[in-house]
Amino acid sequence: MILSEEIKKSLLAAVWFMFLTFPIMVIRVNTVQNIVEWRWKNMLLVGIAGFFGSFLGRSFFRQKEKGEKKADPNTISVAALVQKITGNQRLSRLALAVIAGFVISFPFAFSLYQINIMISALIYVMLGLGLNIVVGLAGLLDLGYVAFYAVGAYAYALLNHHFGIGFWTALPIGAVIGAFFGILLGYPVLRLRGDYLAIVTMGFGEIIRLILENWNAFSRGPSGIAHIPRPALFGWEMSLEMSTKYIYFLMIGMVLFTIFVVNRLQHSRIGRAWIALREDEIACQAMGIDKAKTKLTAFALGATWAGMGGVIFAAKTTFINPASFTIWESVIILCIVVLGGMGSIVGVVSGALVLILLPEYLRAFSEYRMLVFGVILVVMMIFRPGGIIPDVRRTYQFRKEEH
Amino acid sequence: MSWDYFIELFLGGLTRGSIYALIALGYTMVYGIIELINFAHGEIYMIGAFTALIIASVLSLFGMHQLVVLVLAVVLAVVYACAYGFTVEKIAYKPLRKAPRLSVLISAIGMSLFLQNYVLLAQTSDFLPFPKLIPDFEFWEPYSHIISSQELTIIATTVVVMILLTFLIKFTTIGKAMRATAQDKIMAALVGIDVNHIISITFIVGSATAAIGGVLIASHIGQINFFIGFIAGIKAFVAAVLGGIGSIPGAVLGSLVLGWTESFFTGYISSDYEDVFAFLFLVFILIFRPAGILGRSQTQKV
Amino acid sequence: MEPILAVKNLSMNFGGLRALDRLDLDVNQGEIVALIGPNGAGKTTFFNCITGIYTPTEGDILITPPRNSVQRINGLKPNTITELGMARTFQNIRLFPKMTVLENVMIGRHCRLSAGILGAVFQGKKVRKEEERAVTDSYAVLEKIGLAQFVNDLAMNLPYGAQRRLEIARALATEPFLLLLDEPAAGMNPQETQELNELIVRIRDTEKISILLIEHDMKLVMSLSDRIFVMDYGKKIAQGAPREIKSNPVVIKAYLGEEFHA
Ligand SMILES: Nc1ncnc2c1ncn2[C@@H]1O[C@H](COP(=O)(O)OP(=O)(O)OP(=O)(O)O)[C@@H](O)[C@H]1O
Ligand SMILES: [Mg+2]
Repeated sequence: MILSEEIKKSLLAAVWFMFLTFPIMVIRVNTVQNIVEWRWKNMLLVGIAGFFGSFLGRSFFRQKEKGEKKADPNTISVAALVQKITGNQRLSRLALAVIAGFVISFPFAFSLYQINIMISALIYVMLGLGLNIVVGLAGLLDLGYVAFYAVGAYAYALLNHHFGIGFWTALPIGAVIGAFFGILLGYPVLRLRGDYLAIVTMGFGEIIRLILENWNAFSRGPSGIAHIPRPALFGWEMSLEMSTKYIYFLMIGMVLFTIFVVNRLQHSRIGRAWIALREDEIACQAMGIDKAKTKLTAFALGATWAGMGGVIFAAKTTFINPASFTIWESVIILCIVVLGGMGSIVGVVSGALVLILLPEYLRAFSEYRMLVFGVILVVMMIFRPGGIIPDVRRTYQFRKEEH
Repeated sequence: MSWDYFIELFLGGLTRGSIYALIALGYTMVYGIIELINFAHGEIYMIGAFTALIIASVLSLFGMHQLVVLVLAVVLAVVYACAYGFTVEKIAYKPLRKAPRLSVLISAIGMSLFLQNYVLLAQTSDFLPFPKLIPDFEFWEPYSHIISSQELTIIATTVVVMILLTFLIKFTTIGKAMRATAQDKIMAALVGIDVNHIISITFIVGSATAAIGGVLIASHIGQINFFIGFIAGIKAFVAAVLGGIGSIPGAVLGSLVLGWTESFFTGYISSDYEDVFAFLFLVFILIFRPAGILGRSQTQKV
Repeated sequence: MEPILAVKNLSMNFGGLRALDRLDLDVNQGEIVALIGPNGAGKTTFFNCITGIYTPTEGDILITPPRNSVQRINGLKPNTITELGMARTFQNIRLFPKMTVLENVMIGRHCRLSAGILGAVFQGKKVRKEEERAVTDSYAVLEKIGLAQFVNDLAMNLPYGAQRRLEIARALATEPFLLLLDEPAAGMNPQETQELNELIVRIRDTEKISILLIEHDMKLVMSLSDRIFVMDYGKKIAQGAPREIKSNPVVIKAYLGEEFHA
């Protein structure tokens, strides 16, 4: 009886979705030739998808509601597995060795094209980890993260163009300028509530992009800046292949560095303050934590990584223009953090690799990339707000015998 | 710098502001009731415009009378926008009623991304020419150099919608229930108001006004694509915040102020930075007067 | 000697509502002072004003930290006031639910530690020492409050009474000279209340911390307090020793309709 009831509901949902999507999915008007294309097949597809979607969606939702009453959400399989591996010394050593082997042999085993894709993925890993500080740890929804990325990229491109400054000098400069912009944005928005913050940061991201697009004298407008040099290695002339491999290892180094720093920050006095701030701002202040300072450090540190990511991006592509820094870039990075698991380093790394590599390899699928990202954001929030690998925080454990 | 130019900019700003107001209402009403920035609202407006475009094109090809086309296109656009608004709420927001606000907001962003790309994939990424649905009124001919029939229609429609909405909220049972829900959901539920029902109605009403705005502006500008909801949505949101989010007269006032400022700014200073200007405006309001023009600043209860 | 907290003429308006109306109150070193009054009298608002969460409309809040001179703290940020040595608990418990009991107390230590970003990244000897100290100090506080057995549990999994005591522990960790408790006994059973009573006296006697508490449990108030302030509708209606308050007709009238057994 329950099943038939469910089927009836799902059928209703299917009919509703067929109605809902009718004008947009079925009819297509060619306004030039004045013909109407009727795509009835789409209606059938929507019907089928609607039926199963609604059926599965509701059963997942019931399970989730049931599950919430019993187990706590941290005992989910993937998380448990990760914990098991990191908990067991031998297993974790083995896993690390396998990963290290793969990472080192990758550029020698795969084509230049693949290496380039991997480099972008690694840049996103770095951006994801940076944004994770702001969103995942401090709980501040920043939708303008791409602005700092753009600032870093343009900083290198322009400094190089005007003053001939090289990559290695530009990298720390990008970090500092990123942090500076982070504070510049962070300061005025400190008092804002979470949702206003999201909108203002988004506005800030768009302002930066629009300025880059319109201020021709400064940034050469939409046509962008070309001939940005790749990173140098003690003045050696490198072939394209060599220099791509070089950037690859450079990125691996950067990612490791980022993980190291984020991990340490997370388990420090400041990291604790971020998490407390995320949980309860007022209690946090009443316990003596400076809200403004703590939020600003999160903004500044997040932006630092975006700034460095920008410098590397510019060096990798040798050409940048404002089109690379739209709001959607921010949303993709947010998606990485949300899918992976807010606050969780392993989660964010896997999130970035999945979200950036999958569409690249499933070419046929890549048109649907943004559509799927949208679905991911909604579905994750409803069914798994913790992400695929929820943050299993290493809490401070007190052991008596130590003291 | 003539007087005529000033009048032109003034009326242009009024038209802009009217459109913003029609969209801003949806933001403000939803925010008033569930304290959510409905990121997908701009997309509802875009879908309203698309539906009108599709219906109107099909009906025109069948050779229907222009007035019939106009009425059907507007009615269906409103019906569909309402259906989308209702569905979006049921799928993306209702399951998250008890979740942290950050989660709902992220879900809303996801919905917005989804709807944009849904239209992009099912229709096209190009700009489509939008049929001129609003006719040039003959009786208005002598004054049309001051303000066109299109603009007049936009302003008049906005006024009518505002009056209807005010009536709905002030004097009907549903309106009372909405106000009660906005003040205190738990108390409203205790006195027998079906809160979920009221939230749905709020989304539907907001979507309807957004769709009307969508059809009007599309017909005025003459082209649409899947992305129009984003920028219009942002600006309407700026307007809603400017007026004091949650307040309906505030949304109208904020929209007009934004419309005029934009119009004069682009008319007298520069049109390159038109959109930058709206964002800067938003940042400044939120920093210096986060409660908006009509909103009262409140101390969070501890 | 100067009172360690002296509030003069304090008023707070919310729009048209006057939640505090020219209130005077003072606490001396080593005292346990109670602030009582019917529901909605403005007691919590008073706490919020003197801890910097609200900015009062008018009046002066003066504190005299030990070995320090008098200081006006109107309009200072809550964290600065905590740093100066006034720490509080909340009526509606505001712990960090997803952090452990130990971490909750460590957040209280925050303002007495100094490691910055660079310290956190490099984790030099000084920083590691400091973190170790933070853990041991926090554990010591938990032992004092009798929560040591919960040290590694998540705060949200604690029983209600223990959560209230954890709030006190967290506030103590900030090393205050004056502890502000907002209805610490709310929701506690008689035995827990009795333990709380002893705990508060112990904090005063051994830690040399003065206490200002809001409480509805009159038995607790009468047995603990050195002095009592009574307020109603934002105004102070009486002050004095427990004996005087018990027999004060104005107070009894204000409480009429409410339970007032002592
Ligand atoms: N942020 C605020 N905005 C508006 N009114 C407020 C605010 N905070 C408190 N009030 C009002 O101030 C009055 C005093 O409230 P308060 O919480 O201080 O009372 P209380 O004495 O602590 O009561 P209780 O014993 O119930 O805790 C109440 O009428 C309350 O509604
Ligand atoms: Mg109170």
